Amino acid sequence: MTLTDDQKMLQQTAASFLAEEGSIAKQLRHWRGINCSDGFGHGLWKQFAELGLTAICIPESHGGLGLGATEAAIVLEEIGRNLTPSPFLGTSVVAARAIENTEYADRWYPRILSGEAVLALAVDEGPRHAPEETALEAKRQGNGFVLKGAKQFVVQGGSADMIVTAARTAGSPGETEGLTLFAVPKGATGLEIESTSLVDSSKAARLSFHNVELDADAVIGDVDGGLRPLKRALAAGNSGAAAELVGVAAGASARTLDYLRQRKQFGKLIGEFQALQHRAAHLHVEIEIARAATFKAAKLLDISDEGADLHVSVAKAKAAEVASLAVREGVQMHGGIGMTDEHDIGLFMKREVVLGELFGGLYYHRNNVAKLSGY
Amino acid sequence: MTDLDTFCARSRAWLEANCPAEMRQPIRSEADICWGGRNWKFQSDAQRRWLEVMAERGWTVPDWPTEYGGGGLSADETRILKEELRRIGARPPLTSFGISMLGPALLKFGSAEQKSHYLPQIARGEIRWCQGYSEPGAGSDLAGLQTKAEDKGDHWLINGQKVWTSYADKADWIFCLVRTSVKSKQGGISFLLFDMETPGVSTKPILLISGSSPFCETFFDDVKVPKDQIVGDVNTGWDVAKYLLGHEREMIAGMGLGVSGSSVTLGPVVKPADPLLRAEIAAFDVDALAFAAMSERFAAMWKAGEAHPASPSMMKYAGTELNKRRNELTMAAGGSDALEWDSERSRGGSAARTWLRSKGNSIEGGTSEIQLNIVAKHILGLPGA
Repeated sequence: MTLTDDQKMLQQTAASFLAEEGSIAKQLRHWRGINCSDGFGHGLWKQFAELGLTAICIPESHGGLGLGATEAAIVLEEIGRNLTPSPFLGTSVVAARAIENTEYADRWYPRILSGEAVLALAVDEGPRHAPEETALEAKRQGNGFVLKGAKQFVVQGGSADMIVTAARTAGSPGETEGLTLFAVPKGATGLEIESTSLVDSSKAARLSFHNVELDADAVIGDVDGGLRPLKRALAAGNSGAAAELVGVAAGASARTLDYLRQRKQFGKLIGEFQALQHRAAHLHVEIEIARAATFKAAKLLDISDEGADLHVSVAKAKAAEVASLAVREGVQMHGGIGMTDEHDIGLFMKREVVLGELFGGLYYHRNNVAKLSGY
Repeated sequence: MTDLDTFCARSRAWLEANCPAEMRQPIRSEADICWGGRNWKFQSDAQRRWLEVMAERGWTVPDWPTEYGGGGLSADETRILKEELRRIGARPPLTSFGISMLGPALLKFGSAEQKSHYLPQIARGEIRWCQGYSEPGAGSDLAGLQTKAEDKGDHWLINGQKVWTSYADKADWIFCLVRTSVKSKQGGISFLLFDMETPGVSTKPILLISGSSPFCETFFDDVKVPKDQIVGDVNTGWDVAKYLLGHEREMIAGMGLGVSGSSVTLGPVVKPADPLLRAEIAAFDVDALAFAAMSERFAAMWKAGEAHPASPSMMKYAGTELNKRRNELTMAAGGSDALEWDSERSRGGSAARTWLRSKGNSIEGGTSEIQLNIVAKHILGLPGA
């Protein structure tokens, strides 16, 4: 499981582009400083498009590169390392997968490719991820549907041109059948969007659907057949979030190692103390394990292996656990300076907690591993 | 069909015809493992036949050159053969430190004569080897070893003591680190091979907390060793030792994946009813599957020449800590059943004994702390490490 030459080239391109243009100073701190309502820069998103990064998960038949989760993971690890805010995961990975093989692909893929569109996925209705608990009601009315209910943790929902929304057209909460995905356009009548700033300065929306009327053609795929595209999108999302978490862990760890090599106390570099060396070494091993699990999951997704769901949950759980360790060790080993807003290490801690929760946290995915393993 | 497909089909047919049914049963105890050697008592005809047919084909060491008793297989063919063996649940025909440790070191550092003399014996399971590394005063600080080898013109004269010598009481020969110079710590060590029946060699088993005695104290009292039984040059034994330790660490790290033929994960085996235990086991299973992914990734990177030379230390550290956790959870899941020490019901206290034995995994072959030192120094480059 080593990278191909093409993948290595993509890694170099993404690494230098994101370290240069996507740096904390140029992006995260800049947009946070001016309290930007999107939380990311549209100029940078255009640059993603110019480099072809928005094309990764778009099929060749639609002018994309027709690549997969592995290539997305390569880019997302670099995004994580630099804490670069962008619609890459939500739009060009998750939403692109949700609308794959539907007429919405024809409509939105060109604008995803060009870096013009921002799309979002609305699944969660409570503070914990539980897609099968979807209660948002979509009732047939005439030729279309009326949507009633609420969503939360809709990443970039306030900036989105279209929100892929999971709703219930049959059955009751807790059942996996009876889910349908709808394309809800920005500005739909009766849709109330409250954009909130999260702990990491990223934006997520709470949506209230007050009898939002949609035409029948707002259905993405089949009525009552939403589970499959939803699971496909969530698998891509979790695989991608795992990769971004690995990047967050690696970025936090690299900064911490730099600090251990320069900070002096008791007349010594603190990196000379074995108490800290062993913790740093343990963390390094853990990050390597998380990276291996992440790229294995991505590969299994790419070859549509039947074990992919299990390994995606393994990757997400492991990456979340390890990234959490990396940022906690990072702040602790930086000492007082790590508690300041001025130092970047705290930003890694903030990003980790959001990514860790996205599409299901550590405990959700451990539980999923148990369920998929038959216990 | 590609060449590899043909190889796969032929291997499958051959294994189907030649692997005895008894040798396709899971390994249940130490007696099921075939170590070979001059004094080996085969557990069954099937165990003998399985070793003979595999050795005949060079498949006890499939990737060694055919001139040394190997199968001469490419990396891909070796992988396919291993998959085919796993597919039918075949036991390894031969397990030995000759195969896993000394052989690779001889292939790299041995003279032409040494290779053609020792390697075929290892491949056929004729000589059982043990490893003389640790000493009472040289554990983690292995290079501080004091066992002395004096140059007596036509032979080396060995005096000293080794400890933790695995199966020294059952081994035919030893590969042994000795001090040939006191001028330099690492640079005064040599790597010798000698017969355990040489006068002056004695062994004493050490009873472990697990109730078994896989290790011995080994004493050398004026042991005469022929001059040509040194591997590499005089005072360069540390290089051989380090290379060999990498192989030992890979082998011990494999414990993290569970015993051969069993599940990497624990939950599907124990099906925990207690919700808190279930949560612990789910956390373990995540770590076990993630560790297996790293094991696969590093193996691929070694083949591609992209692996960090210290990566076996990462594997060893993670794999042994994982195996200790596996055994803690097995004990917790087993409850009082797992506490029985010698009943037939408990297969001779298998759970408890395996649990206790696993504590040694993070000590033998370099402690977890030593592995972390190596990662800190050679991978992270931390100051003063």
